[in-house]
Amino acid sequence: MEQKEKISSKEMLNNLMANHYKSAMEAKANGELVAWSTSIAPQELLETMDIKVVYPENHAAAIGARKEAQKFIDDAEGRGYSIDLCSYARVNIGYKNIQYADAENIPLPDFIFSCDNICHTVLKWYENLAKDLNIPLIVFDMPFNHTYDVPDHAVKYMKGQIEEAIKRLEKISGKKFDHDRFREVMEQSNKTSQMWKDASMVAKAKPSPLNGFDLFNYMAAIVTSRGTKEGYELFKRWKEELEEKAAAGLGPWKPGEEEKFRVMWDGIACWPYLGPTYKGLKNNGINMVTSTYPDSWTILYETGDVDGMARAYSSNYVNRNLNYGVDNIVNLINEFSLDGVVFHSNRSCKLMDFRQYEVQREVEERTGVVSVIFDGDQTDPRAFSTEQYNTRIQAFLEMLENRKEERRKG
Amino acid sequence: MADLKNMIAQLEQVALEPAKAVAGIKSEGKKVVGMFPLYLPEEIVYAAGMIPVGMWGGQTEIKLADRYLQSFCCSIIRADLEMGMRGTYNMLDGVIMATYCDTLKCVCEDWKVAVPQIPFIPMVYPQNRNIQPAIEYMKAEFSRVQAELEKIAGTTVTEEKLEAAWEVYEAYRAACRKFVKLVEKMPKTLNAKTRHLILKASWFMDKKVYTEKLNAIMEAIEAAPAEEFNGTKVVVEGIMTEPLALLDAFVENNVCIIADDLAHESRQFRTVGRTEGTVYERMAYRIADAKGDALLYEEMKTKGQFLIDLVKDSKADGVVVCMMKFCDPEEYDYPIFKVELEEAKVPMLYMEIEQKMDSVEPLKTRIQSFAEMLS
Repeated sequence: MEQKEKISSKEMLNNLMANHYKSAMEAKANGELVAWSTSIAPQELLETMDIKVVYPENHAAAIGARKEAQKFIDDAEGRGYSIDLCSYARVNIGYKNIQYADAENIPLPDFIFSCDNICHTVLKWYENLAKDLNIPLIVFDMPFNHTYDVPDHAVKYMKGQIEEAIKRLEKISGKKFDHDRFREVMEQSNKTSQMWKDASMVAKAKPSPLNGFDLFNYMAAIVTSRGTKEGYELFKRWKEELEEKAAAGLGPWKPGEEEKFRVMWDGIACWPYLGPTYKGLKNNGINMVTSTYPDSWTILYETGDVDGMARAYSSNYVNRNLNYGVDNIVNLINEFSLDGVVFHSNRSCKLMDFRQYEVQREVEERTGVVSVIFDGDQTDPRAFSTEQYNTRIQAFLEMLENRKEERRKG
Repeated sequence: MADLKNMIAQLEQVALEPAKAVAGIKSEGKKVVGMFPLYLPEEIVYAAGMIPVGMWGGQTEIKLADRYLQSFCCSIIRADLEMGMRGTYNMLDGVIMATYCDTLKCVCEDWKVAVPQIPFIPMVYPQNRNIQPAIEYMKAEFSRVQAELEKIAGTTVTEEKLEAAWEVYEAYRAACRKFVKLVEKMPKTLNAKTRHLILKASWFMDKKVYTEKLNAIMEAIEAAPAEEFNGTKVVVEGIMTEPLALLDAFVENNVCIIADDLAHESRQFRTVGRTEGTVYERMAYRIADAKGDALLYEEMKTKGQFLIDLVKDSKADGVVVCMMKFCDPEEYDYPIFKVELEEAKVPMLYMEIEQKMDSVEPLKTRIQSFAEMLS
């Protein structure tokens, strides 16, 4: 009997994302509630309530990758938003007004779900959306951890907010919160998170079967589908594919294209310039093996443990102190046998930028790897120059080669 | 009148020479703790027998801080880090910082490495501030900060000492609220620059001493005849109104600051403390009760209406937005209140400022045009 060929993870990803956007539009058309949420928020609550949710950061990234960010940015800036503010916010606020993008479309929200574990910016951005649209805003404030770990009194405060959010969700939806379902969603979310992490870890193999720019694609699904079985199945398939490649000794690119250097990417992608940023590395045999993305959605805790859940959400690396930020990168360098780090000085993200210089110094000192910082932006096409980027990468390449030569000589 | 001028000049001097004022406090044997922007538990510092002093940047060249911060960073915070690294703040016995924005979160971490010589107390205020768990969180933070401060002070803070400090601070805040209203009576004497310097002096003095001096000034103002004023009256909005040359432009164009919505000035004292509960609870509720502040999350942003009411109550002719460049929270608030002010037909001038500017000439021209338009 003929074996039915397995669908590839890329196809699964495309289907999953297409369905994500389509079902949100349908839900809205059917009069169901739609929420807009930040990318690393306790989606478990919304999944439990079976509320459709879309993610403005994902959507802005898709618009950026489609190279149509500028018109939305122009709209927001025309309304008084400063060019110095986050470009995801400017794109999204522009989209709220224009309400059509070639990339993807999302329905306007009935309420907003915002968690500031990723930045203070989302508090302000979402506050503005709620005000403009005159809709409820549910906020999870996760205090910045200037200590290495999350302090107990912060956990208590966050747990209080989760309880508060459940009450508000019941009021907004008119439905009772089902705690049994909540446990199921928690369990599924942990399984999916773990599978996302496991898949990304296959890139430890040398050469890496993963071209790290794929992380930027698959990331869309860990944001939208962390609480679902479909998300889990997708990452499971992806992991199998990567394992098959690794077992066959295949690298990230076509046969014959050698992975000469292994690096990580710190920060968000330059969505309007995925091609140039990718090629600038690949053409020099530099593979981006991993980044800070995998751990950002590796949100693990015991099922039923709301304290643990709060702690896990607050533990995002950008919400933790410098020592943790440095340890995090040092661990990645060691685990993935990296030769260097590419730091994106992202004009949009002050929270990532203003520690970057010190992180770079400490990481270089502790590991001896080389690194480069380049100027760019996650979605504003005006804040990146391919020529400057390539010049930086050339200098980086020389450092990588020199270091390799020095190590060879011992 | 001569007395009034002298009393005002005394406070102006404090504001113009903060280092000297702080050295004066130190020479009395008191310890001094630096307060980063924006709102910090000064009452606890005071209860520990120490004097909180402001750290709101300054007009300084940035060299050392470039080691940590890209150029697109708030000029106040860059200046603070620069001066910390340069040793300007070495007279401080401690520094407290709260992470009110993304820039402060990062600088909190950079500061630990860049300025290791001064004992440093980072803390966090909650943003979801109107729910009971936030009040409990603040109480826990206050308690943690108190323990750190006790180590620096070498003393124990008791509830009695906290009560006494709270009284001092509530009296200071009440005096400031009264003072900003008195500008209406003497808009010439209390011109934009003088008003700013008088309020700024509070950042470098024992608040008890400051309040006595401010009360004396207010008594003299109440006894004096009202001044005729034909100029323009405005409400200023923003973090702060420096460099001083900016305020010179207000004065030169006969523009009086009749009220403010500045983090450095009225937002420090406009929220009246509650009278029930422990001191910690009253301190926490002052944060929970604050309205229309870009740095404090508010589900239904009330700032626009707040400004409209302030314009109405103070009979101002318009609003001048002094946007501190690269201040994300303020920059997010602007497009929202801009629409509300336009709908309410409140004239508005928007200016981007930085603490250290190559030239304020273009801003002077804009203030002049705005004043002409309103007159």
